[in-house]
Amino acid sequence: MEAIKRKKRKEKIVEIIFLICASVAVLSVLAITFFVFYNGLAPFVTNSYPLWNFLSGVEWRPDSNLYGIFYMIVGSVFATFGAILIGVPIAILTAVFISEMASSRIGKAIRFAVELLAGIPSVLYGIFGLGIIVPYVLKISPFAQGESLLATIFVLAIMILPTVVSIAETSIAAVPKEYREGSYALGASKVQTIFRVVLPAGRSGIMTGVILGIGRAIGETMAVMLVCGNPIAGIPTSIFSQIRPLTTNIALEMGYASGVHQQLLYSTGVILFIFIMIINFTVNKLVKQKVGS
Amino acid sequence: MDKKIKFNTKNLDLFYGDFQALKSINMEIGEKEVTAFIGPSGCGKSTFLRCLNRMNDLIDGVTIKGEILFDEKDINGDIDVINLRTRVGMVFQKPNPFPMSIYENIAYGPKCQGMKDKTQLDTLVKESLVKAALWEEVKDRLNKSALGLSGGQQQRLCIARTIAMNPEVILMDEPTSALDPIATAKIEDLMSSLKKDFTIIIVTHSMQQAGRISDKTAFFLMGEVIEFNETPIIFTNPNDKRTEDYITGRFG
Repeated sequence: MEAIKRKKRKEKIVEIIFLICASVAVLSVLAITFFVFYNGLAPFVTNSYPLWNFLSGVEWRPDSNLYGIFYMIVGSVFATFGAILIGVPIAILTAVFISEMASSRIGKAIRFAVELLAGIPSVLYGIFGLGIIVPYVLKISPFAQGESLLATIFVLAIMILPTVVSIAETSIAAVPKEYREGSYALGASKVQTIFRVVLPAGRSGIMTGVILGIGRAIGETMAVMLVCGNPIAGIPTSIFSQIRPLTTNIALEMGYASGVHQQLLYSTGVILFIFIMIINFTVNKLVKQKVGS
Repeated sequence: MDKKIKFNTKNLDLFYGDFQALKSINMEIGEKEVTAFIGPSGCGKSTFLRCLNRMNDLIDGVTIKGEILFDEKDINGDIDVINLRTRVGMVFQKPNPFPMSIYENIAYGPKCQGMKDKTQLDTLVKESLVKAALWEEVKDRLNKSALGLSGGQQQRLCIARTIAMNPEVILMDEPTSALDPIATAKIEDLMSSLKKDFTIIIVTHSMQQAGRISDKTAFFLMGEVIEFNETPIIFTNPNDKRTEDYITGRFG
């Protein structure tokens, strides 16, 4: 009797340990959210800086007490959009090549390279961008610097490849082989089968990959910081303009900022957070749709 | 009456890696007849069927020896496999409509061959559905997803999709094994009306089905054709003891 009780208690304790471990992630999310929002919303609640000026301003001059992030939002969105525009087609075609065309040896080699790409620290992407891409952009740029929206787009396009490729590949592989057989049996070629049957059938999974890629691009900091130019003012007017994304704004100044300046860096984080939350909700919705259909 | 020979295989061997799945198959399949392949699971009948439109190309490690003559041309020789598949259509065991509308499912094959004209496509879609005895059931929802149809309807859609290519031969790989008896009866009716226009080759697990619909029957066992003859002879007076054992249900 006593032995059974002891055993039960032991089970209970182990269960609690598991629960504690599982709570770490949940608590972290809650803590970070609370921390960022608490600090980030403070300047607007206490009216030490007007929300509208913060959201619509196009200058960030802490010395003159000007904290406008509109041009950063625009920069972040443009950079992300550009990276998706270039990176997604490359990633999807790579995924198609790996899963539908390449021999298993070549497929493995490419997959290995893509996985390696995912593991490279982002600062190294930044260095690569600064050393290779920025000088090239400088050559074709009408301005006197290579750090630009364009350079940022290139770096981000490469950085989202692993995310999009691996998720797209998984969803292409999940397309039932019966669809492919049906298509071939009707006299469709390989390319027709891929573009008319396989990719549409894997659409929702591929979209999930794309959205995660957007999340990756919009949240990237270190690599972007080295190639974007980080100007203190101005909406980008061309792809050669410098940009200052939301992420780098925080990273550049958080180390020494204080007072309202520091709080408004948290506010920048709040905006970033909202973007990421929208992206995550979209992913959840897409994944649910996939299960539903 | 001497019918034209559509398919003629000579000493056909097929290997999956080292495993020999088909052993020296010699068979002449007549035009506009229904030929049934019967035999226990794993006897090679589906494998043989898939040789006839080269679907085995999609599987790694398959080697084929011998000849498969289609209208007297070797289909493993210097031919266009896409052209072959437009002439030799296939219906699969599990209904496999594409995840798109009913209309698009039928228009898929012709569109892949470059047909673009909307009225031409509309006519073809209707004709194919009528021939597949599905038109009345789906005419009001052509733009709805094909996945919303019942299993039997999906299979008739797949047949309609195949008919839309106007092939000479339709291969059917156990087309009713995933369907209930009523849907099966509908498909069997459909097959007997289709044999006027098409050569039909069907793999089936159901002896009754082979008996009901086919003109000729081939009995496969362990990768060999044990017996190939007029269906009534196979079922009433087989030459080989093994055929008799199988059709009387003593094994398989």
